[in-house]
Amino acid sequence: MELPLTVEIILKAVVVLAAFLTLPLAIGQTEHKVMAHMQGRLGPMEAGPHGIAQLVADGIKFVQKEDVTPAAADRWVFRLAPAVALIPYLIALAAIPWSAAWVAADVPASLLFVLAVTSVGIFGTLMAGWGSGNKYSLVGGMRAGAQLVSYELPMVLAAASVAMAAGTLSLTGIAQAWSWWWLVWQLPGALVFLIAAVAELQRVPFDAPVADAEVVFGPYTEYSGLGFAFFLLAEYAGIVVMSLLFTVLFLGGWSGPWSDTLGPVWTLLKATMVAILILWLRIAWPRVREDQLQRLAWVVLVPVALVQLALTGVGVVVWG
Amino acid sequence: MTSRDVLFVAVGLITAAAAVLSVTNRRVLHAGLWLVVALGGLAGCYLVLGAELVALVQLLVYVGAVVVLVLFALMLTRSGAGEVDTSSAHRWVAGAVGAGVTVLLGGTLVAAYGWSEREVAGPSNDAIGEQIFGTWVWPFELLSLLLLAALVAAVAVATTGHRRQEGER
Repeated sequence: MELPLTVEIILKAVVVLAAFLTLPLAIGQTEHKVMAHMQGRLGPMEAGPHGIAQLVADGIKFVQKEDVTPAAADRWVFRLAPAVALIPYLIALAAIPWSAAWVAADVPASLLFVLAVTSVGIFGTLMAGWGSGNKYSLVGGMRAGAQLVSYELPMVLAAASVAMAAGTLSLTGIAQAWSWWWLVWQLPGALVFLIAAVAELQRVPFDAPVADAEVVFGPYTEYSGLGFAFFLLAEYAGIVVMSLLFTVLFLGGWSGPWSDTLGPVWTLLKATMVAILILWLRIAWPRVREDQLQRLAWVVLVPVALVQLALTGVGVVVWG
Repeated sequence: MTSRDVLFVAVGLITAAAAVLSVTNRRVLHAGLWLVVALGGLAGCYLVLGAELVALVQLLVYVGAVVVLVLFALMLTRSGAGEVDTSSAHRWVAGAVGAGVTVLLGGTLVAAYGWSEREVAGPSNDAIGEQIFGTWVWPFELLSLLLLAALVAAVAVATTGHRRQEGER
């Protein structure tokens, strides 16, 4: 069935928006439950059966809270920051394919598009750190800035390796070119990408920018109500985007048995596994120190990513 | 006017306005944030002109990395808070240099292409890749050598200062 172009675009936008509003909540709920069970707790149990509506209840709570703008804050910078942090992930989600047909915006260089758009989200954190007019926020914002710049490089290099192996910058093309032995061939790049992604999301063990014992909650200290909820949503949306991106780049996306019909299901399953791995890191590891964090990026990840790039180059020349 | 023309004018106006605000703003950090809008708008201009790869690289490198570093440095030195007031001589010279560069670039464009309309067709990403790593590979590598030299020099400057400090102690 052929739909008129405008109807198709509106439908796709609605679907992407719906996914953007539900998937992060699902990740948040999974985090509550996975973390609780790994620690021998039950987690949220009151809201809905087995606490399944806990995040909806949290959302209602956040809406009711007063939205405070501190007197010392840089008013507009402070208020715009949550939106700047959140919207890039929404745009990125639209360009990630779930299967060869299930992609909202199939741009030619979608890999570069997703990386470029998500790199804008850091301004939300920087603006929050600066605009709050609070020294803990400023220190947290600076840590976040340093961290994101350092980990951007190994991440782009690892992604470039896959693009080189596939010979295309299109995410759809990369997933179609994927075959099982890439799991071994691209393994160093995959590890680098995963570590860099966790660092970009400022998740444990790389959560020095929001370390509660040192800088309260870093750039987000002064936020309450909806602004705070937006930053939380941005973090979970970031996990969704990074998990999907990792799935498409390194795990073959929708490839699997009966991928013609079950493609999106495979993508969702694999991405869920990656997301749970990212959540698991938070429970299993302590926080790394700021200098250890920088050292890891520049002394370990960048060289490994460069070696992976060379390995891919040799592979492409020999087998391609 | 086609819809593309309208889009180009809109994006161009946003870029120009953000650039003017970035230059005239007295608070350095706000100027940096307006620079983000200006560079993002420039990426939009490239996109409208059909140069997808250039637009994305502009976003990834300039917005996502260079301006982040600028803002980071501003936060580190705490110079973002105060208002900056330049002398009027300074402003006049800067204005003259800016106007001169504008006239020079505009003149070059008009001299090269005249006032006639041109068909806009950006090259494909493959073509750009082949040009950079084929025809223009030597200038490209020379540029990376220059950047590497700058990096090494920066590290040298930073570490010699450090040693002097330790000696004083």
